[in-house]
Amino acid sequence: MFGYYLQLGLRSLRRNPALTALMVMAIGFGVAASMITYSVFRAVSGNPIPDKSSRLFTPQVDSWGPQQNSRGEPPDALDYVDAMALRRAHEAKRQTLLYQVQMSVMPGGDRDLPLAANGYAVDGDFFPMFEVPFQYGSGWSAQDDQARSADVVISEKLNRKLFGGVDSVGRRVNLGGHDYRVVGVVRPWNPKPRFFDLFNTGGFKDASDFYMPFTRALDLKVRTGGSNSCRGKLTFTGWDDFLQSNCVWITSWVELDSATAVARYRHFLESYAADQQRAGRFAWAPNVRLRDVTQWLDYQQVVPPESRISLLVASGFFLICLINTIGLLLAKFLRRAGEIGVRRALGASRREIYTQYLIEAGTVGLAGGVLGLLITVVGVSGVGVLFPSQVAKLAHLDFSLVGLTLLVAIIATVLAAFYPAWRAARVQPAWQLKSS
Amino acid sequence: MSLQIKPILLALRRHKAGTVLIALQIALTLAIVCNALFIIHQRVVNLSERSGVDEANVFVITNQWAVDRSTRAIDAQVQADLAALRQLSSVRDAASATGYPLQGGGWDNFVTMTPDQVKPTTDSAVYYGDEHLLDALGLRLVAGRNFRPDEVVAVGTQQAISPPVVIVSKALARRLFPDGSALGKSFYAMTPTPTTIVGIVDPLHRQGASQWDKAHAGQSLIWPARPDDARGIYYIVRAKSGQLAAAMSEAPKALYAQSRMRIISPTDGIQDYAQIRHHVFDSDRGMAILMGIISVVLLAITAAGIVGLTSFWVGQRRKQIGVRRALGATRHDILSYFLTENLLIGFAGVVVGALLAIVINLWMVTRFEMDRMSLAYVGVGVIALLLLGQGAVFAPALRASRVSPVEATRSV
Repeated sequence: MFGYYLQLGLRSLRRNPALTALMVMAIGFGVAASMITYSVFRAVSGNPIPDKSSRLFTPQVDSWGPQQNSRGEPPDALDYVDAMALRRAHEAKRQTLLYQVQMSVMPGGDRDLPLAANGYAVDGDFFPMFEVPFQYGSGWSAQDDQARSADVVISEKLNRKLFGGVDSVGRRVNLGGHDYRVVGVVRPWNPKPRFFDLFNTGGFKDASDFYMPFTRALDLKVRTGGSNSCRGKLTFTGWDDFLQSNCVWITSWVELDSATAVARYRHFLESYAADQQRAGRFAWAPNVRLRDVTQWLDYQQVVPPESRISLLVASGFFLICLINTIGLLLAKFLRRAGEIGVRRALGASRREIYTQYLIEAGTVGLAGGVLGLLITVVGVSGVGVLFPSQVAKLAHLDFSLVGLTLLVAIIATVLAAFYPAWRAARVQPAWQLKSS
Repeated sequence: MSLQIKPILLALRRHKAGTVLIALQIALTLAIVCNALFIIHQRVVNLSERSGVDEANVFVITNQWAVDRSTRAIDAQVQADLAALRQLSSVRDAASATGYPLQGGGWDNFVTMTPDQVKPTTDSAVYYGDEHLLDALGLRLVAGRNFRPDEVVAVGTQQAISPPVVIVSKALARRLFPDGSALGKSFYAMTPTPTTIVGIVDPLHRQGASQWDKAHAGQSLIWPARPDDARGIYYIVRAKSGQLAAAMSEAPKALYAQSRMRIISPTDGIQDYAQIRHHVFDSDRGMAILMGIISVVLLAITAAGIVGLTSFWVGQRRKQIGVRRALGATRHDILSYFLTENLLIGFAGVVVGALLAIVINLWMVTRFEMDRMSLAYVGVGVIALLLLGQGAVFAPALRASRVSPVEATRSV
C-alpha cells in the first residue's frame, strides 16, 4: 500500500503545479537556511577533544585583584611569576605552560627569502596531554625541558616545505637565527576550536608550524607573538622587568584524572593564592578558577554571537515556512474533498485516508528536501561571504549534513501534514456525494 | 466598508484554521523581519564607520624581521627603510607604526586623570608614530600641532614608555575634557608620569572593531615614538593621489633592496584600505547579507502563502459569491470583501507580531548584548506587512470579483 500511496502522492504533486511549487520552495528555502547556518554552528560549537575534555583543566589565578580585574573574574591568562610557581609545584599528573611565538624560518639552500612561521612555546607534556598525532619521531621529555634543549617539533606542512616531507628527525632547522634539532613531525593537527589557546586566537586559526620548549624560548627571551594584557602603570624597560610585571600572557593546562585529583588541585591553587596574600604580593583573598575544556570554551564564548543569531533566525524562518506549508496542504487536500468522499463511500477507512495524505505530504517533503539540498550545497560553498574566513572554512558538507537535510525536510513536512490530513480524513462521504 | 466587518468575522469562523495560520505567519514574519532589519541597520552603520585615514591612497605593509637583532640595529634598519620608501616617486609619505586603524584587534590602554587613580576613567587605543604618521595616514589635525622630530624616541622590545606629549582623537579629548579645553591638559595612560595633549585629530578610529572598541568608539591616542620591536612592525605608506597601485608594487621592492632579512607575506603582507575594511568588517557584512536574504525570501514566501490560501477560499466560495452577485452585490463589493477580510486577519497578525518582535529584541539584548530596537522598525514592519497582505490578496480577490452571478445557479 505504501508504494501505491507514494505513487499517488507523486502524481498529485503534478496536479496543482503552482501550489506544489510553492510548498516545495518554502520547505527547500527553509531547510536550506537552517542547514547552512547549522553547518557553521556545528563547526564552531564542537568539542575539540571529546575523550579528554573533562580531564584537562586550565588554572586561573587572580593577580590583578578586585579593583582591576574584570567583573570579579581572574585574568584569562597567567603572569610569569604565577605560571612559574604552578609549574614548579608540579601538582598535576601532566602539565604544560604555553604561549604563542612568531619566528622566521631560514630555509637555506635554494630558497633565499625567509619564511614566516607561527608556533608555540610548550612543555614536553603538551604532546601526550593534547593527543598530538606524530608522523615521525615524538615530543621531548621532561629531562629535555630541564636541560633547556634546542629541540623542535615541526608540522607536516613545514616539514614538506623544508625537507620535502621525508623523515627529518635529527635534522637541523634555523628559527629566528638559532638552530634547533627536529625531534618530531606532527601530522596535520588543528583542533577546532583551539581550546588550549583561546587567550590569543579566539579559537579559529590556521594550524601551527612548530612547537619549541618553553624553557628554551625563555632563555632566548622570545617575546609572545600573541596577546599581552596588563594593569596599573607600565614601567618595565626590558625582558627581566617585564617578567616581573603583572602582564598576563601565559596559559597553563593540567591533566587531572579523578574527582579527587581535581579537588586536590583546586585546593592547591587556593593555598597558593593564600600564600601570595600572606607574602604581601596579593592584597586580596584567594580568587582562583579551575575550568575544564567545555567550561573554558563556554566561558570564553568561543561560538561567535553571529553564528547563534543566524541559526536562531534561520530556524524561525523554517518555522514560518512550515506554517505556510500547513496552510497550503490544507488547501491542497480539502480541494479534493469530493474525491475523498468517493473513496470513503467505497470503503476506505479514515485511517487509510490519513495514511495516504501523510505519505503524500512526505513526497512534498522529499522534493523540498532535494531542493533544500541543492541550495545548501550552493550556500555552504558560498558561506565565506557570510562569515569570517577562519570560521567559514570550517563549514563543510558531509554525509551527515546531506542526510540531515533530507530527513529534517521530510519529518517536518509530515509533522506539518498532521492537521491537514486529519481534516481530510474527517470528510463526510455522504455530504460530499450529495453535493456533487 | 464598516458594515461588512460583521459578516466577514462570521465567515472567518467557518475556516478558523486557515485564518489562524495566515495570522500566525504574518505575526512570525513581522517579528523576524523587524529584528533582521534592525540587525542589518546596526551592521551597516558599523560598515560605514569613518577611520580618519585617507583610505583611497594609504596601504599598510606588515614587516616581520627574519633575525634577532639589537634595538639599535633595528632602529637603523627602520630609518633606512623609511628613507627608501619616502624617496619613491609614487609615495607621498611613510611612517612606521605599531598598528593602524581598523586593523582588527590591537592595543589599548586605560586612561586615568590622576596618578593614584585605580578605577580607570576610560580606555584609549594606543598608536606609536613619528612626526610623519599624521601625514602618512592622512589624518586631519583640528587643533594644536604635530610632533617635532626631537620629541620622537626609539622604543625597543618589551619597553614601556611614558612620553610627555600626546596627540589625541577628538573623541578622546571630548570624553576627558567635555568643556572643550583639552589642548595643553594632561592625563595618564598606564604611565607613571603625565602626558600632555599637544594636538587633536578628528577622527581617528581604533585598531579594533569589537564590542569593547564600540564602547570606547573613536577614542585613540598617538605617542611620539619609533617602534623597534624585534618581532616586526607596520609601515604605513600614503601614495601620491591616484598612484596607489604603483606605490604598492614599488614599496616592497624598495624594502627588499634595503635588506632581504625580512618577511612580507605574499598573501596579506601588503593591504590597501579596501582590503583592510573588507577584512575587519567581514562578520558585520556577512550578517547584513544573511539577514537581508532571509528577510526578502521570508516576505516572498509569506506573500505566496497568502495568495495560495486566499485562492483556495475563493475557489471554495464561488457559489456563495455567485449568490451575492445575483442578489445585487457589485464587483467592487466582492473585491473589497476579500481585501477587508485580509486586512482584519492582518491586523490580528501584526498586533501579535509587534509584541513578539519586541520580546525577541529584549531577549537578544540580554543574551547577545544587542541594543534596544527603536519602535520605528516595528512601525515600518507593521505597515509593510499589511501592504504585503493587501498586495498578495489582490489577484485572488480580483478573480473572485469576476465570478459571474450565473454561478449561483450551478450545482458546484
